[in-house]
Amino acid sequence: MDKLLNDFSPGLFVVQTILLLLLILLMVKFAWKPIMSSLTEREEGIQGALDAAEKAKLEMQNLQADNANLLKEARAERESMLKEARDLKNKMIEDAKTEAQTQANNMIAQAQAAIESEKKSAMAELKSHVAGLSIEIAEKVVRQELSNKDKQLELVASMLNDAKLN
Amino acid sequence: MKVATQTFKFYSLVLMLFVSAFAMAENTTDPVENSGGQVDTKDKVDAYILHHIQDSHDFSLFSYTSDEGERKHFGFPLPIILWTSNGLTTFMSSEFHHNDDGHVVVEKNGLKFAKIHSKIYELDGAAASVAFDETHHATNAHKVLDLSITKSVVGVLIIGLLMLFWFTGLARQYKKRQVPTGFGRVLEPLVLYVRDEISRPNIGEKHYRKFTGYLLTVFFFIWFLNLAGLTPLGFNVTGQVAVTACLAIFTLIIYTVSGNKDYWMHMLWMPGVPVLIRPVLAIIELAGAFIIKPFSLLVRLFANISAGHIVVMSLIAIMFTLKESLGVVGATGLSLVLSFFITLIEVLVAFLQAYIFTMLSALFIGMAVAEHDHDHAHDEQGHEVSDAEDVRGDFI
Repeated sequence: MDKLLNDFSPGLFVVQTILLLLLILLMVKFAWKPIMSSLTEREEGIQGALDAAEKAKLEMQNLQADNANLLKEARAERESMLKEARDLKNKMIEDAKTEAQTQANNMIAQAQAAIESEKKSAMAELKSHVAGLSIEIAEKVVRQELSNKDKQLELVASMLNDAKLN
Repeated sequence: MKVATQTFKFYSLVLMLFVSAFAMAENTTDPVENSGGQVDTKDKVDAYILHHIQDSHDFSLFSYTSDEGERKHFGFPLPIILWTSNGLTTFMSSEFHHNDDGHVVVEKNGLKFAKIHSKIYELDGAAASVAFDETHHATNAHKVLDLSITKSVVGVLIIGLLMLFWFTGLARQYKKRQVPTGFGRVLEPLVLYVRDEISRPNIGEKHYRKFTGYLLTVFFFIWFLNLAGLTPLGFNVTGQVAVTACLAIFTLIIYTVSGNKDYWMHMLWMPGVPVLIRPVLAIIELAGAFIIKPFSLLVRLFANISAGHIVVMSLIAIMFTLKESLGVVGATGLSLVLSFFITLIEVLVAFLQAYIFTMLSALFIGMAVAEHDHDHAHDEQGHEVSDAEDVRGDFI
């Protein structure tokens, strides 16, 4: 301790205090302040760049998800459009078929009706013809047979047989 | 940039030539008895080592004894500035002719001065020469306030100027580019290290910016001076009590001035302990803050660096002291190997001591500015729950 005190030089202490104070002030002003601010700025810059990259990555992911969604939607839309077209086609075919059917049926019905009426008119004509024929025959028979009784009966019989055959 | 480098190299060359010319010009010759002559015995080695670890008023590079028995010194003198009873007195240290035992008396400004063991004494009254008592203390002379540019002051100036040159250069580089080149690339990680490993964790995120400038200055100042002490120039600046005391007092002033309410509260009237114990604790805390902490700082640095110098020089001295028993080759070899390894360790110690001083300064400042969260830091009984930082503080 005595040696320590003896070694202590007050003059050196004073000089050292002045020089150290000067050094601290100069270093703080001309070196540490600009260095520290530049370092902080650089670190903030790096952090900012990292954050921006992270953000860009997220955005990219979002964009990709959007793209996938869009694609999916487009595919679904195409699918539905195709389905609609197919349905329309089927419906058209169906409609055409039904219409054709009804038209054919109508035509058949008309044809049948026409045939029926033709048949009826033909029958009527036939009947009237047959009636005329009968009357003619009857006239002739009557004229011939009025003279002969037996012959009259014979004729009626034969005519009745004919009528049965008819 | 290239031109600037070239210019700088040119100026360095000129400076070196100038210094060597100056050194050659100061090739002075003195009678052998003035300076002890060859250092070849154990006592002389001891005296030489003790002389070296003290501050010196000359910047001596080397000395030898010529064949004619004259002592030749290479080095240059430094200005001596004294605050005497007659006011300021200045002269060059060469006027003492390398004498260190008070036999050469210099008359200046109507006063007589003598240099005894690197201290300058002013002779009382009309005394013509220094009288000594039996313990070799001067009886008719007293010490004066010695503001000389001593070897240590030269060391401080050189390192200070180098620091300014290097770090302002680094600061300038950031204006042009984000990542420094050249020597700045070496300095930048060190700056970041002090900021991120010493300042920020010990002081805390909120306050560390204010103190980082001081911590950086002190760290590089101590480290560079420690390293300069390992060069053959033989500075022992950080082994001077005055220098380490100055550094420790700076730290003391900083943490005393910036201490917050909690800090003073915990020091003077410790909460959470019985009232009767509080004054006792206050005395212990005050002694800790104002005496023990700065004293530990100043003694640790001074003792480590001085011890390093003493050990290295003692191991070099094996060359002479063990010459008889081991022979010239054996003694020289042993000395070379041992001093080589110790010097390597000293390089580590140079960094370590700078780190410890800065680290402890940061810790003390951190303790003074720490904001205690009282709800958090006390349990139900009101005892303070010690966190890691307190434990570390107690440990140191």
